Amino acid sequence: MPGYSNRELIIATIADLLDGIRHVAVGASSPMPAAGAMLLRARNEIAKRERVRISILGSEEHNFFTNGGVELFDCTAQGRVDAFFLGGGQIDGEANINLVGTGDYPQTEVRWPGCFGSAFMYYLVPRVILFREEHSPRVFVPKVDYISAPGVSDGIVRPGGPHALLTGMALFDFDKQKKRFSLRSVHHGYTAADVRAATGFDYDAPEIVPETKAPSAENLSILRGRVTEELSESYPAFADMLRGERREAA
Amino acid sequence: MGEIVSLEELAAEVQPGCKLGVPADYCGVAMSATAAIIANRPKNLHVVCVPVTGMQGDMLIGEGLVGTLETSAVTLGEAGGAPRFQDAVRKGSFKLMDATCPAVHSGLIAGQKGVPFLPIRGIIGSDLLKTRTDWKTIQNPFSDEEDPIIVVPAIQPDVSIFHAPEADRFGNVRIGRRRELLTMAQASKATIVTVERISEESLLKTEDSAAGVLPALYVTKIAVAPRGAWPLPLWGEYGVDTAEVARYAAMARTPEGFAAYMDGFARRLREAA
Repeated sequence: MPGYSNRELIIATIADLLDGIRHVAVGASSPMPAAGAMLLRARNEIAKRERVRISILGSEEHNFFTNGGVELFDCTAQGRVDAFFLGGGQIDGEANINLVGTGDYPQTEVRWPGCFGSAFMYYLVPRVILFREEHSPRVFVPKVDYISAPGVSDGIVRPGGPHALLTGMALFDFDKQKKRFSLRSVHHGYTAADVRAATGFDYDAPEIVPETKAPSAENLSILRGRVTEELSESYPAFADMLRGERREAA
Repeated sequence: MGEIVSLEELAAEVQPGCKLGVPADYCGVAMSATAAIIANRPKNLHVVCVPVTGMQGDMLIGEGLVGTLETSAVTLGEAGGAPRFQDAVRKGSFKLMDATCPAVHSGLIAGQKGVPFLPIRGIIGSDLLKTRTDWKTIQNPFSDEEDPIIVVPAIQPDVSIFHAPEADRFGNVRIGRRRELLTMAQASKATIVTVERISEESLLKTEDSAAGVLPALYVTKIAVAPRGAWPLPLWGEYGVDTAEVARYAAMARTPEGFAAYMDGFARRLREAA
């Protein structure tokens, strides 16, 4: 036992990926990204570093927007949102994301909710983190059936694309020139071969793949204390699940 | 202008084939009025979701009243995917105009300003452009460099509908921070609103109360519908009835289950009030 859960590792990794940002927006149904952002905010406060602002979309308390749903997009276009999270029912090796469905559009066999703001946010937010906990060949496909938003766009003013891809198994970097992911690290409990077998697209990897950096004792303590409390306000079910995991581990 | 009428009279404003603007769940969805609209069976609606929809859109689709759906997403939130929407997509039962949230806002802002289109960043390279042939790519006319940018046409709903906490007897409606409701109403030819209550005092009386108000000028008809967003939430008033939405999500998986759910829906709305 490494002394931390896979979820705690993911949350701490998200905090590291966000390091240096001042304003991050997270979705109302995205507890892990919110937890990572809250961890960063708490530890920056303790270290007397830059203040981190978190906008939880759809929340009445943790959202300072006063101009309705459009303000997130205006704020983003103005360059005032530093980081955002996107996922996808499918993600391919060129970082294209599909939030629409599988099969031939429009009569897709499996239909997901839709693009939401992805066809805008992916381009305009400087640090977009692709996050999908499920790491399987049905998610990480050679080519998406529908491009909600492209990973790379040539010849436009704000081409966007991902800063990193984080899954339940591994962390990838993305090379915008080569249009390819490269495996940065594998989470405790998994091997580089596990990741290869669970990924439907090709990617680069170093000969020896390091393990994803374990959360420090201090990070774990902030996460298990203050961050879990803060999470309870907007994501009560998720906060209870984290507490439950800890009881089981103890 | 801001006439206070019965729920039935309000619902009659939604005519077959009209372009109907509806807000996202967090803005106040007129669910009581949706039941009243469904009772009238207006076919071939073009529903414009601002910028997404949930149970309301799924119900209108399940009832076979939607001819065109213009939306950035359809979801029941924590209760999962929207079953009637998913089924209708598979069958190709209506014309689908997938969008992305800021493009819907931009189209409505163009409508609000009375200009034919608005430019918007992003979108280039997305498959949305393959079917949204009404969105065009132009060169930024102010740049000497190559700078392609998307323009989206103005959206002008025939009628928009939402639910709010309060109107005054003069027809002004409190919308608080939900400013997309102002944009939607100003872009629309007509706007109908259900409210929890009507106040005697004008909402425009003080600077504080007037700040978050949709003036009666843009409001066609108002009806009182206590708990009129149920089982969806109403900002500042009540939360979502999670169990009820989950019950809908489970029953609406089949056409028969959906029909059974809808059979008692109007009655349960009255009970919930």
